[in-house]
Amino acid sequence: MAAKRPNQLFRNMNAKVSAIPMIVTALFVFVGGTAWTIVYSFTKSGLLPRMKWVGLDQYERLWGTKKWLVSIENLAIYGFSMLVLVFVIGFILAALLDQKIRFENSIRTIILYPYAMSFVVTGLVWQWILNPEFGIQNIMQNAGWQGFTFNPLYNPDIAIFGVLIAGLWQGSGLVMVLMLAGLRGIDQEVWKAARVDGIPAWKTYIFIVIPMMRPVFITTLVLVVTGIVKVFDLIVAQTGGGPGIATEVPAKYVYDMMFRNNNLGQGFAASTMMLVTVALVVVPWAMLEFGGKKKNG
Amino acid sequence: MADLSSTTLDGPRGPKPRRTFSRRNIFLYGTLLLVAIYYAIPLYVMIVTSLKGLPEIRLGNIFSPPVEVTFQPWVKAWGEACTGLNCEGLSSYFWNSVQITVPSVILSIIIASVNGYALANWRFKGANVFFTILIFGAFIPYQVMLYPIVIMLRELGLYGDLSGLVIVHTIFGMPILTLLFRNYFTSLPEELFKAARVDGAGFWGIYFRVLLPMSLPIFTVAVILQVTGIWNDFLFGVVYTGPEAYPMTVALNNIVNTTQGVKEYNVNMAATIITALVPLTIYFVSGKLFVRGIAAGAVKG
Repeated sequence: MAAKRPNQLFRNMNAKVSAIPMIVTALFVFVGGTAWTIVYSFTKSGLLPRMKWVGLDQYERLWGTKKWLVSIENLAIYGFSMLVLVFVIGFILAALLDQKIRFENSIRTIILYPYAMSFVVTGLVWQWILNPEFGIQNIMQNAGWQGFTFNPLYNPDIAIFGVLIAGLWQGSGLVMVLMLAGLRGIDQEVWKAARVDGIPAWKTYIFIVIPMMRPVFITTLVLVVTGIVKVFDLIVAQTGGGPGIATEVPAKYVYDMMFRNNNLGQGFAASTMMLVTVALVVVPWAMLEFGGKKKNG
Repeated sequence: MADLSSTTLDGPRGPKPRRTFSRRNIFLYGTLLLVAIYYAIPLYVMIVTSLKGLPEIRLGNIFSPPVEVTFQPWVKAWGEACTGLNCEGLSSYFWNSVQITVPSVILSIIIASVNGYALANWRFKGANVFFTILIFGAFIPYQVMLYPIVIMLRELGLYGDLSGLVIVHTIFGMPILTLLFRNYFTSLPEELFKAARVDGAGFWGIYFRVLLPMSLPIFTVAVILQVTGIWNDFLFGVVYTGPEAYPMTVALNNIVNTTQGVKEYNVNMAATIITALVPLTIYFVSGKLFVRGIAAGAVKG
């Protein structure tokens, strides 16, 4: 007995050693770090984390703060518009590219290249294009349309849509590529059968092809949603949260609280709320995906 | 010349050519052309703006090509542009980014590939539990783990340091890379692995002599994924490094969004292109492999 134990432990030693970084990351950073943040979101941490329990105070203050409410509202507007538009645009572009066209590679390359660029670059370019003094507005006015106004980044009511334009430009290529992969995975027989039955193409897409692409849609959805919740660099670069607080988002709120305002407790509470938002999407998805079937790999 | 006349006399041959200018094709290619132009415009505007002088920018519009091409903005962006009071341009931050990206990419790929190999071929008890946690960890918003990592790095004495940031990138690259390598090694025929074991090869022997030589594509995909991801990072850079060690993206943001002095739009755009140059080059050179990288990360994740 005594001789067998260490034997078990040291069996497959190399594999275990090589898994140490993964184990440390999983346990200490992901589980440990998350638990730590959640626990400290119930404390009165300011400049430094302090284990002074205050219950739900941080959350009450959070939901009573204008900046946070604006952040949540912006995330909802940006998130919903982004989600709908990125799927519509991504799918239509993929469907167009799937028509056995020439130059498919070049067109795909052009539509996807924004995805290779950082959000900072994306934000700065669109800040320039949407600049009312030099950008689109100025051009239209010079072209003779004097009354033309299009300055989303300087109008608090629509500033978030200026960010949306940039976000869509950067992200829709990714959705297109994923959708294209999904469309290519559909058996050509399906199309032949639909044509024989005289079903128009758009109906085939909506009632046959899209339901068949459910797995791709779901993975893309999870990807897009987690990306939306994280949006930070784009805002910092393009608007800095302004004008005023018109384009603040939760991720920036967390950053500002933790590293600018020395208000760690607020940062922890806000980031926990972000975690809850993501969990609302990821957990049902994971249960759908992995819950029913129990298999390895 | 003679050939030409003989072919024209031969009459039609082969399958009937499809009508190139059918209504469907005009619509299809027309739409795609407009879309392509729309997506290309920002890059065009960046380049054009960066080649103009300031007076020309003030007079003209952002879409017009430069009348007088000048590379002065590029020189200035690289060597003299100011972030606050510091006027050294982007060059030193470029090297910061290189010093962050290179070790992060190497370290994360070594760790993830060996780990993926262990998960695929040398399963041990509990391995899948950790792996599942790791994958779910990829969905946790980074903001949740920001501060605990600050504490960890501070304990290690690496907070504000380039090497601290390398560790952070290695940690956050791990889920996707491990998944990538695990799936790839699982897809290889198991007989290969078994034959090598029969021949007496051990853990490292099989990894280095059997798997590594046949895994070049997946390593390329991983490098592309990591280089673009780490180069483009902003959040970790701004949180875990100090002003001296800022990566390029953070410096770029500081240069462009600085409130002091006259806004030099041409220098800003030159700086923006310079920052985007590395990932863009990788993207245009690697082509299909880039697509494969995001598809591998996404569709299976």
